[in-house]
Order: sequence, then C-alpha cells, then structure tokens
Amino acid sequence: MTNKARKSDLDRRDVIKRILSGNDEVLAIGGLGNAGYDLVAARGEHPLNFTIHGAGMGGAPTVGLGLALAQPRRRVVVVLGDGDMLMGTVSLATIAAQRPGNLAILVMDNERYQETGAQATATGMGVDLAGMAAAAGFRVALTLDDAARIDDAVDKVLRAPGPVFVNVKISDVPAQQLPKVRDGVLMKLRFRGRLGID
Amino acid sequence: MEKGEKVGHDWHADVHQALHDARITVVAYVPDGGHRRLIELCRADPMMRAVPLACESEGPCLLAGAWLGGQRGVLLMQSSGLGNCINNFGLIKAGQFPFLTLITVRGSWGEANPWMLYMGRRTRPLLELADFHAYEVDAAVDAAPTVTAAAQMVFACSSGAGVMLTQRLFGAKRFDQ
Repeated sequence: MTNKARKSDLDRRDVIKRILSGNDEVLAIGGLGNAGYDLVAARGEHPLNFTIHGAGMGGAPTVGLGLALAQPRRRVVVVLGDGDMLMGTVSLATIAAQRPGNLAILVMDNERYQETGAQATATGMGVDLAGMAAAAGFRVALTLDDAARIDDAVDKVLRAPGPVFVNVKISDVPAQQLPKVRDGVLMKLRFRGRLGID
Repeated sequence: MEKGEKVGHDWHADVHQALHDARITVVAYVPDGGHRRLIELCRADPMMRAVPLACESEGPCLLAGAWLGGQRGVLLMQSSGLGNCINNFGLIKAGQFPFLTLITVRGSWGEANPWMLYMGRRTRPLLELADFHAYEVDAAVDAAPTVTAAAQMVFACSSGAGVMLTQRLFGAKRFDQ
C-alpha cells in the first residue's frame, strides 16, 4: 500500500466553515490536534465549542454521544482527526447501538498523525473508517473525496437522521494553528452557561 | 454466605433508589456479575438512559459529555475496567467534571481466579492516584448510604469518587460448580 495516490485534497477549513460558520445552534466537540483549531477557524471561541487536548484521545465521539443523549433537540457535531478516530473505533459500536438521531461524526482524514511528525495512519493503508461506521450501523456513513459532493455531505452532517459519519479525505499539508483556549473548566462553564444550565 | 447473598436485604434496589434520588439519568456500564441486578433495575427505570459501553474507557467521556448537556451520570464496571479508564481521567480532571463510578472489585474477598488479582489489588491505589475519593463497601446495609454520600459530594463539589463494592458484599465467582 505504499505510494498510494491520494484520492482528494479537500481543504479541512473550507469544509468545517460550511458546517459551523454562522451556525450558533450546533453543539461542537473537537478532538485532538487540528480539530480544535478547525472549530475556532469556523466560528471563533464559541461558547458551544468544547475541545479536547491530549488526555482523552479517541474519546471525542463518546463525549459527543453523552452530549447528544443529554440534549436530544440539539444537533451535535464531533470533529476529529483520523488518528484520534482510529483510537476511538470502539465507540462506533457504542454509538451505533444507541442510534442518536442528532449526532454526527466528522473525521478530517489526512492519513497522518500530523501533530507528531506526520507519521502514516492506518487510513492510508486501506482502512476504511466510513466502512467501519456503516458496518457498526450508522444510518449515514460516507467518505467525502470529491469537492462536488461537499454540499451534500454538509447537509447530511447538519440534518440527516443520525448517527451520521462522514470521513473527509483532506490535504496532508498542515493547516494553520490558531490561538486556542485549552482551559477545560472555562470551556465547560461557558458551554453549560450558553445552554442555560447552572 | 459463600455466594454473598444476603437474604431479605435487596441492596441493589437500595443502590438503584439512591442513584434515582441523586437525579442520575445516564447509566453507563460494562456488565459484571456483581452489577447484574442493578443494571436490570436501571434499564427498567424510565428516568434513566442505560448505555452499554464497548469499553470502560468510554465511560469518563460519555459522562463528561452528558454533564456538558446538563445531565448526571454514573459508570458501573468491575475493577478490570478501571485500568481501561486511566488516560481518560485526564479529561475529567482537566475539565473538573463530576465523576461517579461504582466498581465491583474482583480479585478481592475469596477470589478463585488468579487473573483477577492484578486489578483487584490496584483498584484503590489507582482511584487515589486519580485524586478520586475511594469508598469501600463490605456490607449490604452500607451500600446505598455510601452511594448517596458519594453522589452528593461528586455533584456538589465537581469531584470524583469510586465506590468499591467488594466480593464480601456480592460474593466471589465460583469455578467448582
């Protein structure tokens, strides 16, 4: 599986902005690395962003599940990288079994552990995350590798009955890092505050 | 009392009531024989969402997410599962999320399976390393009050606590029958 031609070079920031920019109602969970910056790039330090930094690798989808069960009338979107999702593949079964209609998982798949030196991940060796999600029982599971289909994928992330899984094949050129709050207590309190929870 | 059954005292029902009274609505679990009846009671409670996990490591994450959304949760697991959770306790600590877990401690009183001893011996030390309170319950009469006290502290103080239910309470698994 060496030197496999990349199928697409979609811009992660373009995709996330189409989902979150100006969309103040969505509850967004960000996984490790660039996923947190994706949320900031799309809608700034929004109170309904909660991002994970380090501890909790693989855990973002399950944080999203807990949130989706607690807030069934809100759309929950989890954004994370392919290395993060690979560590959390166990959660595909847990999520599929609960069938949360309001939960979407969005993987930014550059086939790299970009944060740690761009080492290859299993998704560049033929592992199909969307196929795993489909087999687990996600109601929507697709790989986005064609710019012409971005609008359809964005619509599914925001509106299709979940659980939804979209694996986006993105460029492996490192995205810009942005200033980002890493204080978990601050993010927790502002998140609950915006939802009106004391 | 080889099998740990205390006739006439349904401590599982008491613990379920304690969780209910603590307004816990999300019950995450990986099954263990010692939790069997409690899981059944929680699954039957219309106020509770019982969520079977594929791995205990998901528990801290699921409960943190539920708390972000305004709901209280508990994680039911056995001592082996605590080892699977350790890294994700970093998420609990970083966000000062409340975290309550009820742990059936295999490898404790009367254990007959040597493979269970490792995590059984490390349950309390690991809870304390995580800076969680560790409560040990040996007697049926103490189970529900301990859960009530732990839940009150966890949610009022945004802290973590593990209630260790020992095999003196629920009985060691038998391999000779």
